[in-house]
Amino acid sequence: MAYRTILAPYARLVSAQIRSQAQYRTSFVIDLVSQTIFTVLEFTTVFVMFQVTPILGGFDFVEVLLISSLSISGFTLADLLVGNVERLSMYVRTGLLDSVLIRPRRVLPQLLAVDFQLRRVGRVGFSVAVLVLAAAAAKLDWTWWRVVLVVVTPLTAAAFFSAVFVMTATTTFWWIEAREFANSFTYGGRDFTTYPLTIYGTGFRRIFGHALGFGFVAYYPALVLLGRQDPLGAPTWLGWAGAPIAFLAVGLAAFLWRLGVRHYKGTGS
Amino acid sequence: MNAVIETRDLCKDFTTRIKTGRFRSTRRIISAVKGVSLSVEAGETVGYIGSNGSGKSTTMKMFSGVLTPTAGHVRVCGLEPVPDRLRLTRRLGVVFGQRSALWWDLPLKESFRLLRHVFNVPRADHAARLKRCRQVLDLDEFMDTPVRQLSLGQRMRGEITAALLHGPQVLFLDEPTIGLDVVSKQAVRRFLADLKSAGDTTVLLTTHDLADIERLCPRLIVIDRGRIVHDGGLRDLRDRYGDGPEVVAEFDVEFDVALGLDGVTAERVDGDPRRMRFRLDRHRSPGEVVAYLASRAPLRDVSITEPNIDTVVAALYRDGREPS
Repeated sequence: MAYRTILAPYARLVSAQIRSQAQYRTSFVIDLVSQTIFTVLEFTTVFVMFQVTPILGGFDFVEVLLISSLSISGFTLADLLVGNVERLSMYVRTGLLDSVLIRPRRVLPQLLAVDFQLRRVGRVGFSVAVLVLAAAAAKLDWTWWRVVLVVVTPLTAAAFFSAVFVMTATTTFWWIEAREFANSFTYGGRDFTTYPLTIYGTGFRRIFGHALGFGFVAYYPALVLLGRQDPLGAPTWLGWAGAPIAFLAVGLAAFLWRLGVRHYKGTGS
Repeated sequence: MNAVIETRDLCKDFTTRIKTGRFRSTRRIISAVKGVSLSVEAGETVGYIGSNGSGKSTTMKMFSGVLTPTAGHVRVCGLEPVPDRLRLTRRLGVVFGQRSALWWDLPLKESFRLLRHVFNVPRADHAARLKRCRQVLDLDEFMDTPVRQLSLGQRMRGEITAALLHGPQVLFLDEPTIGLDVVSKQAVRRFLADLKSAGDTTVLLTTHDLADIERLCPRLIVIDRGRIVHDGGLRDLRDRYGDGPEVVAEFDVEFDVALGLDGVTAERVDGDPRRMRFRLDRHRSPGEVVAYLASRAPLRDVSITEPNIDTVVAALYRDGREPS
């Protein structure tokens, strides 16, 4: 019942959007391929780095690949589901936000559904494939809780990055020019999480890794999966802190979003 | 009293920042709407007229819950638009002339189906409303055509249908006839006239097309620079702002009567001394002038032209623009 009246309409909006995109098959395929190549290139940087050094911040290639693929799987999933919120200023300009406000549904889920970009699905597929390969190559000791963690970590990473997407997009309600600044958090945060925390300087690590929460996205969970102690001496249980931190981030994002929409209703721009 | 839209001293200010230096900027407050009070009863069709920047769209946005008023009171269908947005939208149909509520790449009927789910409309109600719109708005021939391939007129008929499928009590139409071909324009007007005579939908119609007003709106609200400058019938508006009617008369002989009527000016038509045009002040009735002329000179033919609403509204804006 709840599904039929609450969620089903959004599912229909997504499906309509997919059918619309299916009208332009060639363009869809080109986009799908080029988007996937982007993700391939992200992993290639990790590979290239290990051409120069066998160990990065105390971790070998397969271990860093595990960290990267946990983070990038989460990021690409967030990008698929929530990434189009980045186009918020365009939605304001074209009046889509107003059109969505005059329908009896929630604003953000509507925006995400009506502009859903299926072409990003290839990126998710590729990064999950890398995750599976890296996890296999790392010869993990498969206890049941490691199985849980390897599934939950990309999902909490996705929730965390989704929150980051929404929070940074929300800033454009106040400052249109904040786009570049906001992007540095979204994409800078993603790049930060693809490498072990040990390679960063103390200040940078404390701010991005701990205060802003990016360290909990992939690095600490990866330590638990690998059964390794943190070279910096952090306690092992931090590997399980990703979910509560993502939960907090999502709550904060929802709060900021509401504030942003209220501001929009006040200023109309 | 059964007011569907009711406002009292409704105001909206916008703050803009103007750069005054490299890092400094001063805030300036622009009052877009300055104390609008109006009340629209259930079933009324009201023409809502104003030039660009008059505050017309800002008030419409406050009615539909898109903008929060800075001050004043607004109720639509008994609800406060912004906090009650989710409930209000079910009772509200909105058509923006410039933007589409339809799915561009899908057949028109798909949009209608999707909106049924978005608005959670019972299947039978939806089907009945759609059937009526298909008939009156002639949608059948393009129900399966993707919206992007529709002509503007066909698309607008689709937009109006889309706005009505959830059975709104109030319909806001923003420029529904702008840029339409004659056939579509007539179809839209006919449909709105039907809707009006059915009497259960309140319509607020924004238009630059004065034929729309003459045909559909017994009541006009004219807004200029954030204030209501006229609220009443078209005739009142004409009486206040329009030029008076014109009488063109043709005589058997050269017309050389000294006019003993004040408020009437005479001139020759195309320099022909037997054909005269008389411009009347608003307080003069054409009948009395014709009777006067007939008693003074051998009248062959006479025609009376009521002032065009175009000139009325133009005069109104001109009036409003003058510094007060």
